[in-house]
Amino acid sequence: MDSYAAQIVGILPEILLIVTAIFAILLDLLSKKEERSWVATISLVGFIGSGIVSVFLWNRVGFVFSGMVAADNFTAVFRILFCFIGAITVLVSPEYLRERKIRLGEYYPILLITVFAMMVMVSAADLLLFFLGLETMSIALYVLACLDRRDSRSTEAALKYFILGAFSTAFLLYGIALIYAQTGSTSYAEIMTALIVLPLEVVTVAGVGLLLIGFAFKVAAVPFHFWSPDVYQGAPTPITAFMSVGPKAAAFVALIRVFTISLESLADIWTGAVFVIAVLTMTLGNVVALRQQNIKRMLAYSSIAHAGYLLVGIVAGGPRAIAATSFYLVAYALMNLGAFTVAMLMNRRGEGDYQLDDYRGAGFAHPLLGVTMAIFMFSLAGIPPTAGFFGKLYLFSAAVEKGYILLVVIAVLNSAVAAYYYLRIIVLMYMTRAEHEMAAVPSFGGYTLTLVVTSVLVLLIGSLPGGLLNLLLAALP
Amino acid sequence: METVLFILFALGSIISAILVITTPAPINSALYLVVTFFCLAGFYVLLAAPLLAALQIIVYAGAVLVLIIFVIMLLNLQKIEEKTAPAWKSLGIIITLLFLGMGFMIVAMSTSLLGPMMQTPAGFGKVATIGELLFTKYLYPFEVVSVLLLLAIIGAVALIRKQEPE
Repeated sequence: MDSYAAQIVGILPEILLIVTAIFAILLDLLSKKEERSWVATISLVGFIGSGIVSVFLWNRVGFVFSGMVAADNFTAVFRILFCFIGAITVLVSPEYLRERKIRLGEYYPILLITVFAMMVMVSAADLLLFFLGLETMSIALYVLACLDRRDSRSTEAALKYFILGAFSTAFLLYGIALIYAQTGSTSYAEIMTALIVLPLEVVTVAGVGLLLIGFAFKVAAVPFHFWSPDVYQGAPTPITAFMSVGPKAAAFVALIRVFTISLESLADIWTGAVFVIAVLTMTLGNVVALRQQNIKRMLAYSSIAHAGYLLVGIVAGGPRAIAATSFYLVAYALMNLGAFTVAMLMNRRGEGDYQLDDYRGAGFAHPLLGVTMAIFMFSLAGIPPTAGFFGKLYLFSAAVEKGYILLVVIAVLNSAVAAYYYLRIIVLMYMTRAEHEMAAVPSFGGYTLTLVVTSVLVLLIGSLPGGLLNLLLAALP
Repeated sequence: METVLFILFALGSIISAILVITTPAPINSALYLVVTFFCLAGFYVLLAAPLLAALQIIVYAGAVLVLIIFVIMLLNLQKIEEKTAPAWKSLGIIITLLFLGMGFMIVAMSTSLLGPMMQTPAGFGKVATIGELLFTKYLYPFEVVSVLLLLAIIGAVALIRKQEPE
């Protein structure tokens, strides 16, 4: 590795985000109250800049910082995705923050640091660095979930999230310690080589089990999902949208790196456990989502169910399944961000309760919301020609190839159950009449832009899925 | 000598840790926590990591504990009344015993944990060695920690500052 310059270039997207965050704090501090909306613009520029730099880092494969950071194409893909998610979150936030009177001075810098931490997680090639990224991300999320302090539910959600999150971190750390005790290293590559040589020990198995529990907490997989519906409901909605896609994707990418790469030789041991978790997660998520009347809670359970589908890819393993999992993460990010944006806009009657009944007749009253929500719901349900359909198709066919027929049958049955509650919203929007006068939806450019960009991308990926899949296959570590 | 010290520290840390969660008065809990931290520092000394032991005492037994005691005094916390139903309590005890049993089984079944101790390399645990590692191999994690601290400051300020007037 030549000189410092190459090392710095390897983490340039992260550096840009941190510089933007510090700049945003200073700007907020030094400017007058009416000029503070600049902070949002600066953050948006930071995300876009960091994303563009990540694109230019494509194919500059290499490990930097003594093998700590894997600046490979796989990292680049998710850096770009995270910058996109961050930028969308910034776009939908200002209006919401203004309405709920949440101070934005800290909001944007913390958001930037969260995305930085997610990048650290996915680029880590060492358990120590991964853990630091995870901790930074989690602490930032605890604060973000709590920012709406006038709402007691927001505070409750944050406290729950904090206590359970800290608890799960202990499991993860214990697992890392046991694996370190056995292999004498925290580097993914060294753990992999050490585990191939070493005889199988109970301690290693215990370490892998504890790691798995920690990860299951972070991706909200059953039976470690209890925090997620309450947190999703209580947190400010732009943050809920962000949490349901960004941190989840970061945890999944880290899970892929740790389990399917460095713990690959122990696959026989953990595959069974992940299999069971996947089945429980998607079944419970979908069945409970059926009964929800609150759209935020419904999307929270749906998010649990989607984590179950994603775990199918982890069980299957192999390049095709990993590429399919990544594809699904991208598709899920797009459709879920869009769905939450519509939910945010539809919640106009002021009670802040996000009831499904609000959607009665909304399709005709708000054409743009109706059409885009229909696209997102079709995509979440996995109906062609949307990104969600091809995500499921690739994921399940990769699992079938590996012979997990039973798992795929359960997953497909689950998708059928899920279609009921996704399509119910479309039915409500277009086939029932409104009970109340429709409240006006604010015409804020950020919302429209978000809805148009996400729905167009969902359809675009849905009609030309091969390009993205090939890109991801080429990017695999 | 080492074994005697180890048993002493082990008993001390376990007993004081149990007392931390069973004592009704918060201030006594905090004081037992100090004992736990000191015993942990003892382990670090036995493991040839004197710097870690010193940091454990300065940071945890010193700074963190002072903060905890300040908060207890500021909030004027009195004895906490028992509200947990006995059924939950016994469930907790059963789960704890199961975990203990599992831990013992893991240790008993493993060959490597009870084997001879690994030799530590020269300079292990010295301030100079740790400092050098921090600025070479672990440079990036070190920098990430600084971001984590920055975040903690911003987060704390964001959570405690006054809301803007309506």
